[in-house]
Amino acid sequence: MTVFIIRRLLQALLVVFMMSVIVFFGVNIVGDPVYMLVSPDADQADIEAAISRLGLDRPILEQYWLFLKGAAQGDLGNSFIFGEPALKLILHHMPATMELAFSALFLAIVIGIPLGLYAGLYPDGMLSKGIMAASIFGFSLPTFWVGLMLIMLFAVELQWVPATGRGDIGSFLGIQSSIFTLDGLSHIFLPALNLALLKISLAIRLTRAGVREAMGLDYVKYARAKGLSTRRIILVHVMKNIMIPVVTVMGLEFGSLIGFSVVTETIFAWPGMGKLLIDAILQLDRPVVVAYLMIIVLFFVLINLIVDILYSILDPRVRLQDQGA
Amino acid sequence: MRKLTTATAVAFGILAMGAGAVSAEKLTIGLASEPTSLDPHFHNLGPNNAMSVHIFDRLIAQDEKQRLSPGLAISWQPIDDLTWEFKLREGVKFHDGSDFTADDVVCTMARAPDVPNSPSGYGTYLKGKEVIKIDDYTVHFKTAAPYPLMGNDISTIPVISEIGCNAATEDFNAGTAAIGTGPFKFQSYTPGESIVLVRNDDYWGDAPIWSEVEFRPITSGPSRVASLLAGDVDMISGVPTTDITTLKGNGDIQLSQGVSNRVIYLHMDQFREDSPFVKANGGGDIKNPLMDVRVRKAISMAISRDAIVDRVMEGVALPAGQLLPEGFFGVSDKLDVVAYDPDGAKALLAEAGYPDGFELTIHGPNDRYINDAKIAEAIAQMLTRIGIKTAVETMPRSVYFGRASKGSPEGLPEFSFILVGWGAGSGEASSPLKSLIHTFDADAGFGSSNRGRHSDPETDALIEEALRTVDDAKRQDLLAQATERAIENVAIIPTHFQVNTWAAKKGLSYIARTDEYTLATGVVKE
Repeated sequence: MTVFIIRRLLQALLVVFMMSVIVFFGVNIVGDPVYMLVSPDADQADIEAAISRLGLDRPILEQYWLFLKGAAQGDLGNSFIFGEPALKLILHHMPATMELAFSALFLAIVIGIPLGLYAGLYPDGMLSKGIMAASIFGFSLPTFWVGLMLIMLFAVELQWVPATGRGDIGSFLGIQSSIFTLDGLSHIFLPALNLALLKISLAIRLTRAGVREAMGLDYVKYARAKGLSTRRIILVHVMKNIMIPVVTVMGLEFGSLIGFSVVTETIFAWPGMGKLLIDAILQLDRPVVVAYLMIIVLFFVLINLIVDILYSILDPRVRLQDQGA
Repeated sequence: MRKLTTATAVAFGILAMGAGAVSAEKLTIGLASEPTSLDPHFHNLGPNNAMSVHIFDRLIAQDEKQRLSPGLAISWQPIDDLTWEFKLREGVKFHDGSDFTADDVVCTMARAPDVPNSPSGYGTYLKGKEVIKIDDYTVHFKTAAPYPLMGNDISTIPVISEIGCNAATEDFNAGTAAIGTGPFKFQSYTPGESIVLVRNDDYWGDAPIWSEVEFRPITSGPSRVASLLAGDVDMISGVPTTDITTLKGNGDIQLSQGVSNRVIYLHMDQFREDSPFVKANGGGDIKNPLMDVRVRKAISMAISRDAIVDRVMEGVALPAGQLLPEGFFGVSDKLDVVAYDPDGAKALLAEAGYPDGFELTIHGPNDRYINDAKIAEAIAQMLTRIGIKTAVETMPRSVYFGRASKGSPEGLPEFSFILVGWGAGSGEASSPLKSLIHTFDADAGFGSSNRGRHSDPETDALIEEALRTVDDAKRQDLLAQATERAIENVAIIPTHFQVNTWAAKKGLSYIARTDEYTLATGVVKE
């Protein structure tokens, strides 16, 4: 297992390096950040000075070499706009995104799996059909639209929760997060729900399909014959088996939760990484865009690794080894 | 039923009053764009400058119409051709209790142009100026040549304390160095989330009515409006034009509008015989017709400013006939908005030798000015109507401005016909004249945004003379003359002045500012 993990980490490094090439050159051939930064009152000499201060007068290959040299020492460059290290900015905004993504994942699991289980056990019930129909909406309605509708309904019309922003920060077991205060929870509810909708639908469909398949299998029949209670059959035996695809998909989807949070964070003015990225793209803050993408790549690689490890725990038949090795 | 509604309304009213009595002193503002730092010298950018006005006074203040008024200086005047004398206000204290003196001014002027990692600093305004302390409450600004715009330039520089002079940008963001003399004091700053300021009870001027102000950046327009409707914030800036009609019909919301110093205009390629986006009918090469003043005039006459204002801007703009709206220093009272006259335009085109028009592409940004892409489309249709078949290409500002400034292979402006805007930061006409109309001259710093490269020696001479003339009346005259000549030559085609809209909950209104700043001191109870 150790060899497996080390090898996977080395592969990850290669992926990250290749991404750095694509991202760096991709971002650096688009647009001209200087005109986004300088005041309109600046004259030609001021503009030239800004160009050379940002190092944009150097050949692109040299810029990339400097970036690599910095990256090797953990320095992904300074934000053009904030003048601070891009990595520091992203790490500063990361907790907000993480708590949003975890809250959304939590909602997806506690709402999606029970509903999916119900729909799988009683596929012909009216309620099950309703759940499945609703899940189609969850898949197909665009996030930004649903987000605005949620705000209009819960914040403007009903005035139950605030429309935008992040609430007070609380502390629990040394972790600082807004989900530990009431004010924070009322703020995070809408964005988390908005972000979770797609994943809830996904969890419903995965669980339902798994349950329907498992219920007809031999081991369930044997368990029944053995006299186990329905409750035990479903909650222990069936659940354990259908959890494998659910965990895999949800794990991978966690990455996309962080990615999709860009839209949700913009609508709900949530001060996370996604909003930072959108602002950086609009203002052509290249170092932040590059650093963000590098971090996201790292994330996906790590999540994949964790999913693989979880897999082996859930299903002992799966051995952690490379194919063909 | 009606009784019930009234009862509910009364009940809500009482509730609202009750809530008001407790939190009336606190104000929450939803901002369309967020400052990038609390260091007042870090980034010369509208949102940053607006925020720093709360904490840091200038020597000279700009009121809501950008007229200069005494700030930390009680007077400023030239004592000879090369020296301006500033008399400083006595008895002013910084937020930390220290006295404001000439030393703070000297160190401020030294730091402002020279902040590490600053994307765009304040050196532009301090070039060629030497600051000398005469006594504790007198400073002299010396220049190499007579310089009339001293007041305007100095009004852009936030004054910091000596602690701030030795501090880094992070210290300002952390609050330890954010010590000014302004009406509000620093309380907390969480980037992307909120900036909280509290009232400075020892303020030398009129104390603000708000004991605490929270600014929350909400960049998405619909979300900003929703936050106001939901009561999360008391006021928002940058109301999207599409929401204005709805909000006007909402009895709980109060709109405040005011014209800005920003003119939206068209620049035309006037320096290339062979302009890349001008073609003969059918796509062949053609000698650039935009070099002919009659063609430029025809284009201006073909554009219905009223239609742009009414249809595209939904009434939230003013038709423009020159570089700044009336009331600003240096505008001409002789210039009217060019009348819409498509037949006259066609006749002029024919006279210039293009009875069948030609082909043109208009380029513009799609995320910079209010409704920018729609305006470009409307203009293209109007020009097509007089025979100039116009295609539209819009792009994000991050791509647009670089290409429009120096996107051609030779490093020259890439486009032939562009839509741009200009906000006169100094609040007077020399700003657009110097940057947009004067011949492009990198050595002298003139024409830095003259992307059409219009060049007329006589206009240049008028502008340069104005920039040497300290006498206000004479300078006003020269600037007006330069503007008249530029408009006569159709150096650029102004289309409209932007009008900005703020929305607040009932009972509050905002004193709209031409510089587009959102200031807590401008929010008043009715």
